[in-house]
Amino acid sequence: MTAPAPPMGLLAELTHRCPLQCPYCSNPLELERAAGELDTATWLRVLDEAADLGVLQVHFSGGEPTARRDLADLVQRAAKRQLYTNLITSGVLLDERMLADLVEAGLDHVQLSFQDVETGNAERIGGMAGAQAKKLATAALVKAARLPLTLNFVIHRQNVENLPAMIALGADLGAERIEIAHVQYYGWGLVNRDLLLPSRAQLDAATEQVEAARASFKGRMVIDYVVPDYHAERPKACMGGWGRRFMNVTPTGKALPCHAAETLPGLVFPSIRTESLADIWHHSAIFERYRGTEWMAEPCRSCERREIDWGGCRCQALALTGDAGNTDPACALSPHHGVMLAAIADAAPSPSANFVYRRIGAKV
Amino acid sequence: MNTLPHDGTVPALARGVKFRFDEVRARWVLLAPERLFLPDEPAIEILKLVDGVRSLGAIIDDLTARFDAPRDLIARDVVAMLNDLAEKGAIAL
Repeated sequence: MTAPAPPMGLLAELTHRCPLQCPYCSNPLELERAAGELDTATWLRVLDEAADLGVLQVHFSGGEPTARRDLADLVQRAAKRQLYTNLITSGVLLDERMLADLVEAGLDHVQLSFQDVETGNAERIGGMAGAQAKKLATAALVKAARLPLTLNFVIHRQNVENLPAMIALGADLGAERIEIAHVQYYGWGLVNRDLLLPSRAQLDAATEQVEAARASFKGRMVIDYVVPDYHAERPKACMGGWGRRFMNVTPTGKALPCHAAETLPGLVFPSIRTESLADIWHHSAIFERYRGTEWMAEPCRSCERREIDWGGCRCQALALTGDAGNTDPACALSPHHGVMLAAIADAAPSPSANFVYRRIGAKV
Repeated sequence: MNTLPHDGTVPALARGVKFRFDEVRARWVLLAPERLFLPDEPAIEILKLVDGVRSLGAIIDDLTARFDAPRDLIARDVVAMLNDLAEKGAIAL
């Protein structure tokens, strides 16, 4: 086995604390409390080790990363080490002074999430009254600071009809980029799947609207689009392949090949408290486990796309087939592909039930 | 190909985009918001001249003086490469 190429990106999940409670949050069901979070000195060491290892971009995320008072110090260290710094934020805690500190520290880019364009629906989905006005104010601050801005919309059955208005909002706010991402159904998203999964007709309409907007905003605004696996024929190259491009460090210091990897049972993830990032990347059995193609069974093993999609998503394979080593059932070649089709049939046509909101101690 | 930049166009890296040499990989990288590009050798030579000051014509002249190819051929490659990166949001034309 040859040594793996260095990772491109580090997702630094600084905290699980967040004023929002989105029912598709990518954080694990077991949320960490503030007392278990890494301290500033440890994060600074992680950033140094990331730069030494060859990481090029750091995504400061959470939870809500601006809940950490040392965020500007961390951004400053990353920028000093020439890491490209990206802030992934809900925008509800940012004010002018904090943003000025981040700009001074060398922040390169802000990705700001919106739950919808309609205030009532957005705040119902996010579970926070007053959030929309704060987000709009944050967008204006980011533009005034001359930072590049991406708007992120997670779309699903209960907001997908507003997609054209979401893109229009991005243009109005002067965003350079919009990310339209269908919910990914692991963790909280899987718990709420029947309330979120769009119909085929909704998906087709959304895809058509994105294509039209891409044509009309060409050269002015980039529109990235993530489709839901459930309506796919082939799986996505999840994380660009396990242990190939990304590392995720959780608030307590666990190093993961992807942010959903903690849903895989029986794996003990290495901790940056006791090992260096480089040791973990190069030698951890967890990172090695699904790296490359050696681990694959059929139909992946002999598939000509095995180094294109890398077998898809391990967490989805586990959640829907019971074995993380199986082909992602998003693939039509998977013998388990039927579970995806069944889920589409089960999705509520007119959701009346309530979300299970993302909260510490929520009953799931 | 819809919008053709002309010789007087001054290409620049788009806001938030950085072009730098990565010591770990020993190669040039182009870093953009939540994207990164590993440009090939010809693209690297072009990007080194994209400074928000030089015009497209000046960039093409510079490359024509250093590389053994006709100016119109070089111009076509430069425009194609910059248009492609402009569509991806990495270059402002």
